[in-house]
Order: sequence, then C-alpha cells, then structure tokens
Amino acid sequence: MRKLGRQFLGFSIPLLSGLCAFSIILIVLIVMGEVILGGWSTLTWEFLSTGPKAGMTEGGIYPAIIGTVLLVLMMSIAGVPIGTVTAIYLSEYASQRSILARLIRFAVNTLAGVPAIVFGLFGLGFFIQFVGTRMDGLLSGGADLRWGQPNILWASLTMALLTLPVVIVSVEEAIKAVPRELREASLALGATKWETIRKVVLPNSMTGILTGGILAVSRGAGEVAPILFTGAAYFLPHLPGSLSDQFMELGYHIYIMSTQSPDVEATRGIQYATTLVLLLLTFALNFSAIFLRYKIRTRKVR
Amino acid sequence: MQDLQPPTTSAPSLHPAAATPDTTSLPRPGEDKSSNASTLWWKKRFRLGEFLIEKAITAISFLSFAFIALIFVFVFREALPIFFPAPAKKAVETEAVQQETYGDETTPADRKQEIDERAQSVENFEEGTAKAANLVSTTWQPVSSKPKYGLVPLVVGSLKVTTVAVLVSAPIAILAALFTAAFAPRWAKELLKPAIEILAGIPSVVIGFFALIAMATFMQDLFGFEYRLNAFIGGLALSLAVIPIIYTITEDSLSRVPTVMTEASLALGASKWQTATFVVLPAASPGIFAGILLGIGRAFGETMIVLMATGNASILSGNLFEPVRTMSATIGAEMGEVVFGDTHYTVLFFIGAVLFLFTFTLNAIAELFIRQRLMKRFEGR
Repeated sequence: MRKLGRQFLGFSIPLLSGLCAFSIILIVLIVMGEVILGGWSTLTWEFLSTGPKAGMTEGGIYPAIIGTVLLVLMMSIAGVPIGTVTAIYLSEYASQRSILARLIRFAVNTLAGVPAIVFGLFGLGFFIQFVGTRMDGLLSGGADLRWGQPNILWASLTMALLTLPVVIVSVEEAIKAVPRELREASLALGATKWETIRKVVLPNSMTGILTGGILAVSRGAGEVAPILFTGAAYFLPHLPGSLSDQFMELGYHIYIMSTQSPDVEATRGIQYATTLVLLLLTFALNFSAIFLRYKIRTRKVR
Repeated sequence: MQDLQPPTTSAPSLHPAAATPDTTSLPRPGEDKSSNASTLWWKKRFRLGEFLIEKAITAISFLSFAFIALIFVFVFREALPIFFPAPAKKAVETEAVQQETYGDETTPADRKQEIDERAQSVENFEEGTAKAANLVSTTWQPVSSKPKYGLVPLVVGSLKVTTVAVLVSAPIAILAALFTAAFAPRWAKELLKPAIEILAGIPSVVIGFFALIAMATFMQDLFGFEYRLNAFIGGLALSLAVIPIIYTITEDSLSRVPTVMTEASLALGASKWQTATFVVLPAASPGIFAGILLGIGRAFGETMIVLMATGNASILSGNLFEPVRTMSATIGAEMGEVVFGDTHYTVLFFIGAVLFLFTFTLNAIAELFIRQRLMKRFEGR
C-alpha cells in the first residue's frame, strides 16, 4: 500500500509541477495571441501616423506614441545619470559594510517595492503641489497656473523615480562584470581612482548602462498608475510643445478607451491595436535588453 | 535577485594608497616634469579633484535615500489633516454668531477677525470630523451631499482580490519553479525561462485590458457569473502579474540549495522526486515564503489591473463573485477628480500611506527572511 502511494506521488508530483510550468507558457501564449489577433487588422501605418478623430472613435494613436516617447526620453535623461552614479558609488566607492552604503541599498530596495500608485501620489503631493505651486509663485506671483498642475515634466520625473532601481541594479551588475585586472592595471599605471572609473570601468560597462536604460524605458512605457494624475491627458488636439504641457500616453490611452470611452464596443479595434503597439514596444525593448545582457555575461566568461 | 548573493569578492582595493608608493611618486606623462618633488608628493596624497568627485558621487547616490524619505514625508504630510483637524469646536460657531448679533463693544476688530477665522475653520473641521470618524464605517461614498469615507469596504476589497491572486499564483509558481529546478529537461527550461520573462514584461495595463475584454467574458460564459467583472476575475488577472515574482524568487532559492544536500539525499537512496519534495523544497522554504510575501505586496499595491477588472463597486460583502473596489483602484479612479486639499483628497492620500506602509513592511520581512534565514541555512551557520 505504501509502495503504491509512493509510486503515485513519484508519478504525480513531476506531472503536476510540469503541468503548472506548461500552464504558464500557455497563459503567455493566450494573452499574446488574444492581443495580436485582436489588434492585427487595425494596425496600419495610418493608425500609427494620425491622431484620434470623430470624438476618439476613429483615427490613430500618433499623439499617444509621441507622448510616450517624450515621456520615456525625459525620464531617462533624469533617471539614468543618477542611477549610474549611484551604481558607481555602490560598487566602486562604498565599502560593503559602511552604514551609508547599506542605507542606500535599503533605499533602492524599498524604492523598487513601493506600489506605482504611491509614486503617483508623491508626484502630485511633491512635484505639483509643493514644487510646482512654489515655482508658479516665484515666476508669476501665483497668477499663472503653469507648473502647479499636471504636466509632462512632473510625470517624467515621477517615472524616473519609479525606474531608478531598475537602472541601478543593471548598471551595478555590468560594473561588477568588468574584470578586476583591468582596474588594477590602470591603477598600477598611475591613474587615479576617478581616472580609472572614467576611462576603464565606465567604457567597459557602457552596454550595462544601455541595458539599464532600456529596461527602465520598457518599465516606464508600461506603467500607467504614476501618470494618472501627474500629466496624462484624455485627449489633446496638439502634441506637447513645452515642459508644462500635458500629454497623451499609450497605456493611459488603453485604459481610458476601454473603460471610459462613450462607446466602448465601437472602439474595440482601436483598443486592441493600441494594446498591441504597447506590447510590441515593450517586447522590442526587453528583447534588446536581454540580448545586451547576454553579451555582457558571455564577455565575463571569456 | 542578485541581492541574494553573499559578498563573494571583496571590493578591489582601489584606494590610491594601495598602489605602490614607488610608482605613484613617478611623474605621469601629462604632468609638468619641472615641478619639484614636494608639490608632486602633495598632489599624490591629496587630490582636490578626486576628493570632490568622490564627495559628489556620494552625495548623488544619497539621493535614492532622500527620495524614499521624501515619498514618506509627502504622502504622509498630505494625509495628516485626517488625524489633526483644526482644533475648533462647534460651540464656537454659535458663540461667534451671537457675539456678532449683539454687537458687544468690548469685541475689538482683531478679535472679530479671529472669530471669523475660527468660524471658517469650523466649516473645514465639520467636514473633517465627519470623515475622520467615518474612516472605520462601512460605506464609501465620497461624492454625495453627505460624503462618507468608510475604508472598510475598500480594505476588504483589497484583501479579497489579493487572497484570490495569491491562492491562484503561489501553487502554480512554486510548482513550476520546482519543475524547473528538479525535473525539467533542458528544452523545457529553455522554454519556461523566456515565458516567465515575457510574462513579467507585459505591462499591467495590458493584463488589465486582457482581463477586462477577454478573460471576464470567457469566465462568465464558463461559470455564469452574475457580474462580469468581480473580485475573482480581478484576482485571477492579478495572479498573472504575481506569478513571475513568486516564480523568480522561488526558483532562485531552490537553485541555491547546496548540492551537498541533494547528493546526500540521493546517496541515501531517495528518488529524484523524494529529494525534490522532502529535501530541496523544505530547505528553500524561507525563500519561498519571502517570494509569497513579495507577491502579496505586489498584488496589494497593483492599480491598473484591479482598476480595470474588478468592477469598482464599493460593496461590502464576503462574496468573491461580486464587484469590488480596492484601495489602490480607489486612488487611481478618484484622485483625478478631487479638489486639492479637501477631505476626499486627504483620505485618498491616507489610503496611499497605508498602501506604502503595508508594502514597505512586507518587503522588509521578505528581505529579512532571505538574508537571515535562507542564507544562514545554506551557509550552515
């Protein structure tokens, strides 16, 4: 009897775990298949290159694409340098046991775990209500509401905070992959620490910085919660022209089109196609990041 | 999770003093060779540029900590008025009105102004108390003539959705990780890893959209739910976002179980599945537990998926198949329409503060489990 039970378990546990693994692959295929099949027919060049028409029931998503690109570009400009410098500090300057280094590591881990919506609240409470209102007060005596309202600058800064841990982790990984001999050779030749970092370590971890940037962009392009009330707009007839303008964004567009559009059924094609565009965008970014990371790892082995 | 790695190599000694003194005292190509030895010595020992750069780098990296502190301060700052409303009492108002009517000559102009101010603060306060006491009530009705800010339905909603998400995703993720670590042939691993990476890379708004359009209808047709969007659908959709987290951390801890343990078990005659189930899995249990905690944190804080897939009705019920409104979805849906600084705004920030504290605590506990228990166990201390 016990032997039978053992045989049953020996058969069923691998089977069950295999089924679970298989079901994950299946889920991925179903989600991708659904979005691709649903959006493929609507996805034309015209869809990508024109703005919404007829009360957002027709037309394309050009402004949303441009808004997303601007958002992630500004986010990278703000976030990648800070993340890179932090990674340099953590891997090159800080001793692993120093209190400051542990504090920063703790902060990075915490930052990675804070829910996206809390970043949105922070953007609203800090950037818009605190910094923005004061900037308005300084610049125009509070008469002109320019910075104390949601706009693309505050949205991208909020997003930069959200993606900071992504940059730090992947840059640090790349810096650690730079062989120690290179550093020692540079130091032995009389270069100072900063010269070594600038001329040896950083050029050798450029791919890592790029990977970090790409992963951050992919994460930032997909997050909607932080920009819900820090700058994304339902519909704008023109593209954002200055830092204090609002913008349209792909993820936000999906959200409002599928939940708050006056005629949800009529715009189903647009919803699917927008989702497909966002999915393709994040996948392209993720795959290039995976490819770059693979290159870094194989170089380390050599 | 490279955080799991014990500090294997100590940081290479990059301190200038570590370089041999002989080489450092030689002039470098770029330097003026006519400068005498003492200036050179000075340049080598204390370089202003190096010093400033190191300080600047330290200062910039400290920003990460400053950001966390700022998030903490600002989210809580906006939520504080709930607990500390203006200290005026209702009685003051009537008093103020009476005094003005009878026109007491002993009331100087500044006193009058003060009364006006107090009367105004009473108005704000009235709203304030109504909600502060209401926070624990069972109705969430922020937009009405008599707004009610009971958080109970939202908390229960979050708990319901999170429970479903974790109950669905944890077994799948843990078993799949066990499969990868113990049973999977090479080709299955090669297939599963990218699948997990893809799943983790799908933006939450896409998962929300998928749940809203396809999954909800499919499940309703299958099970005949009364409401198309409900807590169960929300939890199911959330589990798609939680699976990669639990899987990654579980797989990581499983693969870190020392081979000595598995080999000892196999040498004692245990079969492959016995070793996997009774040796590897229990050994990695702190890591798995940490993974589940992080999964709970993610599910609790996730906004877009629940915003789109749960139906967003703040009904208090134990039924899993009724629409719910979670805490995060409430912030996402309502923050865009509130007046800055009023009670509704404050309450939404309060919800955010609770979310922040909750996920913060979960992350800290998970970290503790990985750092302390798991690593200690594997290092045999």
